[in-house]
Amino acid sequence: MEFNYEIEGGNFSHAGTASSEVKKLLKQLNVNPALIKRIVVALYEAEVNVVAHAYEGVMNVVFDNNAIVVKIADKGPGIPDINLAMQEGFSTASPAVREMGFGAGMGLPNIKKNCDELKIESEVNKGTTVTMITHLN
Amino acid sequence: MTAEDVIKLTEAVQVCTGNQSHNEIKYAVAADLMSDILTVNTDELLLITGMANLQVIRTAEMSDISTVLFVRGKNITEEMCELAKENGITLLQSKMSMFNVCGILYKAGLKPVF
Repeated sequence: MEFNYEIEGGNFSHAGTASSEVKKLLKQLNVNPALIKRIVVALYEAEVNVVAHAYEGVMNVVFDNNAIVVKIADKGPGIPDINLAMQEGFSTASPAVREMGFGAGMGLPNIKKNCDELKIESEVNKGTTVTMITHLN
Repeated sequence: MTAEDVIKLTEAVQVCTGNQSHNEIKYAVAADLMSDILTVNTDELLLITGMANLQVIRTAEMSDISTVLFVRGKNITEEMCELAKENGITLLQSKMSMFNVCGILYKAGLKPVF
């Protein structure tokens, strides 16, 4: 099964709607609640990153009996140094993002913690694609 | 402890009733930084915060938190209430400070997450 959700950059009132849809879907499919929590926390962190930093993005969710693969691709400024961005505490978030309770440089490390495989590809001034794989068994 | 106990202890009002308001609450976490909340992996958790916006409700939804206590009399908007109801989350509001609320609830038996 495959689903796609659009993410609007800069619109914090809609941030989380895509992750919320995925959560409802996983509940309907009777996925283990502890696993759902891990997956949606990672998705939500990634979705907030798109809203906070990019112009627009798409969340692509593919799942079968073995794994859930989520690819979040955005059009935006990209990440110049991925290793630096993975360090806890490093952030380029704007004051507006910090006022919403985010931008503390904890998002990417938390995504890594909450999925089994994480791949980040980025091109400066083009965008970033984050791929998260969670095994179901 | 339940949401009703939290209301009595912190002189709070229930602004929005979720479908799990009788659920047992054993732990509490207090923060205004939602990034901090998202790193917590504990069930039966009360979120205490002075941050009042839609993303607090989204964070509670993703973290399976069924009760949120807003301190310092922070305004809970209609939009926040609607999103909370949709996700079965109970929203409480106390005029007390975060420090005061934490002291009272800790003394009453709520445990820290770490």
